[in-house]
Formats: sequence, structure tokens, C-alpha cells
Amino acid sequence: MAKYLILIYGDAQRWDAMTAEDRKELEAGHASFSKAAGSRVLAGHELELAPMATTLRTDGVGGVTTTDGPFLEAKEAVGGYYLMEAADLDEVMGLAALLPEVHADHSGVEIRPIVDHG
Amino acid sequence: MTTVSEAVAEAHRAEWARVFATTAQLTRDLDLAEECAQDAYAQALLTWPRTGIPDRPGAWLTTIARNRARDVLRRESTFRRAMPLLVSDEPVPGPEDGLDDDRLRLIFTCCHPALGRDAQVALTLRLVCGLSTAEVARAYLVQEATMAARITRAKKKIAKARIPYRVPAPDQLAERLSAVLEVVHLIFTTGHTAPTGAQLVRRDLTGSAIRLARMLHLLMPNEAEITGLLALLLLVESRADTRLSDSGRLLLLSEQDRSRWDTRLIGEGTALLTDALRRQAPTRYAVEAAIAAVHAEAKAWEETDWSEIVSLYGVLLQLWPSPVVELNRAVALGFRDGPAAGLDALTPLLADPALATYGYLSAVRADFLRRLRRWAEAADAYEEALALTDNEVERAFLIGRLEEVRAH
Repeated sequence: MAKYLILIYGDAQRWDAMTAEDRKELEAGHASFSKAAGSRVLAGHELELAPMATTLRTDGVGGVTTTDGPFLEAKEAVGGYYLMEAADLDEVMGLAALLPEVHADHSGVEIRPIVDHG
Repeated sequence: MTTVSEAVAEAHRAEWARVFATTAQLTRDLDLAEECAQDAYAQALLTWPRTGIPDRPGAWLTTIARNRARDVLRRESTFRRAMPLLVSDEPVPGPEDGLDDDRLRLIFTCCHPALGRDAQVALTLRLVCGLSTAEVARAYLVQEATMAARITRAKKKIAKARIPYRVPAPDQLAERLSAVLEVVHLIFTTGHTAPTGAQLVRRDLTGSAIRLARMLHLLMPNEAEITGLLALLLLVESRADTRLSDSGRLLLLSEQDRSRWDTRLIGEGTALLTDALRRQAPTRYAVEAAIAAVHAEAKAWEETDWSEIVSLYGVLLQLWPSPVVELNRAVALGFRDGPAAGLDALTPLLADPALATYGYLSAVRADFLRRLRRWAEAADAYEEALALTDNEVERAFLIGRLEEVRAH
């Protein structure tokens, strides 16, 4: 078994503009994904959107600068994630295709294998 | 008498994918499998002069490669636990089991959609066709180091992201098969007219593509898309020997000696095409094969059924909208209705940015202008076409035409 992080990307403004009805539909999509994925989901959360982010990086002279906002300024932001355990990439791809964000026109998901230090 | 080195070369051409795939199934590690398969071929060069060429060279090579892999695995079993593995939770079959399945798994692994198209082509040529990294680099006009890095990165992704070594489930087959077929088609077209260099045709590449298509057809005889692609490749290949004159000049379809077209390939391609069309609605490759079949049926250039070809290009445009297909349709139209009609059909394409550096558009336009005796415009168009090709045989052809129109 290997571990993968599914990062859910999308247009933060479009997510913000969602109606209660839209949200309900989205949540139903995630519920059916979670059901299909079962115990292969190790963790998963929706993230507050990019303006809520805080970024730390070097100030170049040995200290740390803190900035408001995400590390990368982009229209498409990470909106949530799942930590998965699966036999191989095909299995994760098959499950991830159930996520509603894969089917909306402004969003998509990125699957990143997690380095196995074991 | 076949010499040993010829026999080894032939076994490499015909059996590499099988030897490699079977070994990879045991090692689950592409690099190790490659090394062991290469060792087996080296061993053959040393052993066969003494023992004679075995009756089944592929089986001999597979056994040697797998034995070598077993030795290495035993010796390095502790170390190997830490190495990236090619994942497969299925039991490893015995040496005689599932040979063909292994090759099919290998092709689908190399063409997995999680790999970029460049990587898919490179891996297929390297691991399935057994081309060296230098040869793959030459086919794709990149430095050998660049290609080596590309192949290494693709192998690493297979291991790290755990791209499985498996034929996809039926519900994923359509998507992934079309990637595989596109790779095979791309290998063929690259060989059919080499993008640069002194040779027009790279028979090693067209040969590899045809062998892959044959293998896929053998393994999945009911997939009409594969049948259509194999039909297309065979019908196009049937003309391969007549595309150059004795002095090496490019010969157009109208100038080729049709008596030298390979009737065996035409017969086989036509039969496959009929079978593909009977099975399901035509695919892109089947329609392209049908166009090639119309050419093959014509006893002489003058007897070509241009109406049929124009309407087939119309069907192809529906299935596979592309400016290149529109260009080909305009050519056929120019032969059916005359060069003025062809030129009209080209006009909208001149503004298409996708064709801005496509030399064939200029060459086709030049030809229509030449046939309309608009010499000065034709000369300009030939010059444009010349600037856009790096293949020496094509350049020589275009220079000949340019001199011809300038003489008027």
C-alpha cells in the first residue's frame, strides 16, 4: 500500500459564490466519495480559502518574514485535501474521479504520492 | 546460413518485448529487468557460436534473463527491499505462463495517462521496442542526455507514484487504449517521414510501430480501433518501397510504380479494414485506412476515385476535427474539381495559426498555383515550403519544383 495526497484545486471566487443549494450538492458528492473510498481515506479536510492563509519564509538575513495570504498567488487555490492509502495510482485515480470538483469547470484535483521513508 | 549475430539481431527485433516484459514481471523493477534482458542477449552472442542457435531463441533468452534476475534478487534481497518496486500484488506466474499478458501489461504501463505523451513514446520505444536511448533521442531530435533524463524521470514516476503494471479494467480500457494507439501511430508517422535528416523514411521506426500494432491486434483481436490502426499502417506501408526513385528523389503518389506496391500488405490491410468496419462505427484510424485503401484499389493515378476520397475526408473531419485533415481534404478536392477549387478550399486555412509553420500547406498551395500556371506566386509558395522543412529528400524535391516554375 502507498499513501497519496489528493489536493483539490479550484477558483476560490467561484467556491465563495456558491449557494446553499450548491453546497449541499457538493457535500453529497463528497459523502459518496468517502463511502466509496472507505478506510482508504486516512484524513481529509476542507481548507479556509486563500485569504485566510499565512505564509512564512526567509527574509534573507537569517530571520523569518510572515505574510498574509498563500505562498503562491493564483486564481486557482487549494480548497481541501484527502490523505489516502491505496494499492496503486489507478486505484486513487478511480476514486478521485468521483470527487465533484473533478467535474466542475473551474476546478480539478492533483494526486501527489507521499514519500515512503519506511 | 544465418550467422549468430544475425540470429541475435533478429531475436532482438522480434523477441525483445517478450524477454523484457517477462523479466519485469519477475523483478517488478524496470531497470533491473532491462539489465538482465540485455545480459541475456550478450550471453547469446557468446554461447550460440558453440551450442548452435536454439529452436526457440525467445524462450532461451527469457530463461537466461529470468535466471539472471533470480540470482540478482537472491543476492540483493535485503538491499532490494529499499528499492522502488514496480507494484503488482498478483502472484508471479511461472516462466511459461502469461507471456503475452506480460507484454500487454508493459505497453499499458508505458502508455499510462499519468505519464506525459513524450514520456509514453520514449518509454514504449525503449522498453517495448528495445531501441537504445541514443536511437530514441535521434527519432525525437533531442540530445541523448535529454532523452536519458526523460526516460529516467518516467521510470521514477512509475515507481514512486506506483503506476501499476497491468492491463486496465474494461471501463478504463477505451481511454487508455486510445493513448496506446496514438503512441503507436506517432511512432509510425515519425518513421514515415523523418522530420529531419538525410533519409526520408526510418524503416526501423515504421517497423517497430507495425510490430506493436500486430502484437496488440493478436492480443485483443476484437478491438475494432486496433484493427483499424493496423489496417492503416499496413496499407500505407505497402507503398514504402516506391516513395523514392533510384536516384533518391521523392516520388509523389502520381509518379509511383504501382506494380511494385506490396499486394500482400494491401490484401491484409483491406481485409482488416473490412473486419473493423463490420464490428462497429468507423473510428478515426479506420477512415484513414479506408482512404489509403481507395488509393490502393486504383490501378492508375488517373483512376483514383477522388469523390470517394473527398467524402471520406468529410467523415474523418467529423471524427477527428483537425486543420491537417482539412488540408488533406482540400488536396483531394483539388484533384476532383481542379486546382482553382482546391485553392479556394485552402484559403480559410491560411489564417489558421495551427498551420502557420506547417510546410505542407505551402507545398500544397504551391502545387495548385503551379497547375494554374501562376508561376510567380507558385515560386513564392515553394520558397516558403522550403524554409519549413529540414528533411533533405523533401528539400531536394521542392528545389526541383521551384526551378521548374522559375523557368517560366
